[in-house]
Amino acid sequence: MIKPASVKEQKEIVELKDAQKIYQMGMEEVRALAGVNISFKSGSFWAIMGPSGSGKSTMMNILGCLDRLTSGQYYLEGKDVSMLDDDSLSELRLRYLGFIFQSFNLIPQLTVQKNIELPLYYLGWDSARSAERAKEIAEEVRLGDRLSHRPTELSGGQMQRVAIARALANDPQILFADEPTGNLDTATGEQIMDVLLKLNGQGKTIIMVTHESTIASHAHNRLHMLDGKIDRIEGSCNEAN
Amino acid sequence: MRQTRIVRNIWLGIENLLLHKMRSLLTMLGVVFGVGSVVAMLSVGEGASKEALEQIRKLGSQNIIISSVKSAEEEATSTTHSHLGIYGLVYEDHTRIAESFRNIKQTAPVKLIRKDSRLREKTMELRVVGTTPEWFELVPREVLAGRVLLSSDQDRQGPVAVLTEFGARKILATESTIGQTIRIGSDQFEVIGIVKSESGQAGNIQIPDEDVDAYIPIEVARKYFGDIFTKRTSSGDEREKVELHQIIVQVDDAKKVEAVAAGIERMLERFHKKKDYAVSVPLALLKQAEAMKRRFNIVLGSIAGISLLVGGIGIMNIMLASVTERTREIGIRRAIGAKRKQIVFQFLIETTVLSTTGGIIGLGLGALIPFLITYFSGMITVMTLKGILLPLLISMTIGILFGLYPAVNAAKVDPIVALRHE
Repeated sequence: MIKPASVKEQKEIVELKDAQKIYQMGMEEVRALAGVNISFKSGSFWAIMGPSGSGKSTMMNILGCLDRLTSGQYYLEGKDVSMLDDDSLSELRLRYLGFIFQSFNLIPQLTVQKNIELPLYYLGWDSARSAERAKEIAEEVRLGDRLSHRPTELSGGQMQRVAIARALANDPQILFADEPTGNLDTATGEQIMDVLLKLNGQGKTIIMVTHESTIASHAHNRLHMLDGKIDRIEGSCNEAN
Repeated sequence: MRQTRIVRNIWLGIENLLLHKMRSLLTMLGVVFGVGSVVAMLSVGEGASKEALEQIRKLGSQNIIISSVKSAEEEATSTTHSHLGIYGLVYEDHTRIAESFRNIKQTAPVKLIRKDSRLREKTMELRVVGTTPEWFELVPREVLAGRVLLSSDQDRQGPVAVLTEFGARKILATESTIGQTIRIGSDQFEVIGIVKSESGQAGNIQIPDEDVDAYIPIEVARKYFGDIFTKRTSSGDEREKVELHQIIVQVDDAKKVEAVAAGIERMLERFHKKKDYAVSVPLALLKQAEAMKRRFNIVLGSIAGISLLVGGIGIMNIMLASVTERTREIGIRRAIGAKRKQIVFQFLIETTVLSTTGGIIGLGLGALIPFLITYFSGMITVMTLKGILLPLLISMTIGILFGLYPAVNAAKVDPIVALRHE
């Protein structure tokens, strides 16, 4: 079977313990996560699947430090981050996490280069170093000749590659991809998946939310969610409990 | 490093504002006009108070000026021909005033006669001022050549005259100045000195000296020219008898000026049947004028304040709209790892850049207005460093103050919601 490239590091990078997320929708309580226990190993490639309302997006937001659990624990690289404040979570996202979205979420006013430099700007890098880094990553995703373009002048696939480059700028531990191929045609989607697989091969942990099983089949592990709970897990080296 | 980061932030702010040039310009407009009017107001106000101080200096803040005026009854009868109008201050008034008040430091009686004067072919009309040496202390002016009248001139009753710079230039021209003999009316006078003059109007009060004055001892004026004057008017010659045209009084303490003036007024009332005199107190009039200018400044200041407020609200309004429009951008930045305070900072920089740029443009506009005012109305305007820095400071403060609410609003944006925002 296919194995993650970095076999040497098999530590658990994220771990949820009895994770609950409850939203208050008017008078009604919605249990988006109803006591989830799971852990992902460093260097793995996970696809989180499930119908809408199953809690897969909530799971992604929690793991991505964009949201906090109502109860339970979230360990990121062994550290409990479930009680951290907004600033600390921002800091975590800035240093350890990268995001790719279905709708690319590039800032249209900024050039490709400026978009890629964005995390570096918040990291406090000076402009010369940022520019150098941006060029380097752009080359990696084959966008070296598009640095001065604006996102509106690019195709969907190119835009998603800019988004990937931006997500990689801070050299994150984990890359989150929320329906990364949802706005792309099949061929382009496959190309993006190739990029993600290559990155996974270089050791990046990837957590992807998708409802397309063909896309999900690229991941080494698949987590199926239903009604805020884990429905089933499949894949090569699943390590869930 | 810290410095360059701020510079970079400002540049990013400018870049962002340049994306919507027209909108940014319109947003700035309120601040432009607000700052413009503050700058204009300050320089007009500064000019006015400088002018007022200048006037106090010219008039003498401790002086009281009593002038002869034709009373209303006299005015009515004077139309009859060959009527001799007798009115005004008399020599005795001067003696009485000088002797009756403790707080009076010195006084100067003034007799004014207009006479043609001549030196060879050059002629001009002079205002002959018959007075005492005290005049030169009550109306202190720079002595350019020779000397002023002395009490010895008074005693000797010699035909000597002190000219003003303007008159001396006209009459004496290039001739060696002091010691020349000029003809005033039909009499010869020796020019013993030349002084500067400050002609013009200060508020409602005529400044005591004129450009065409010739100062001579009052006794000489009385002996040579008498007390009866013939005035040519459209209805024929008019003859008047006026002993003294003015009495200038200097009080020893500026605080007592108004009390002494009231005392003089009461005394003159007792001795004059008709009201053929006028007591004017430069200080009181200047105080009035200044109070009016203060009111003027308050009105201008409130207008400027209101337009600054409107400008600030304009900025707040646009920035609130901008925050809504850029919700998604804020969400992206937050997801990437921007802290709330960094988002606040980003928006505050934009509003501050907006308002400060508006302030600088307003400064230019505001500097133009006083220039135009001076050009068209002759009013003095003064630009001070304070008048430049204060409006700039105000405009920056406006940017921060009115930018704060939109910026805090922006930071409140929930990244999860914002990323789904279309």
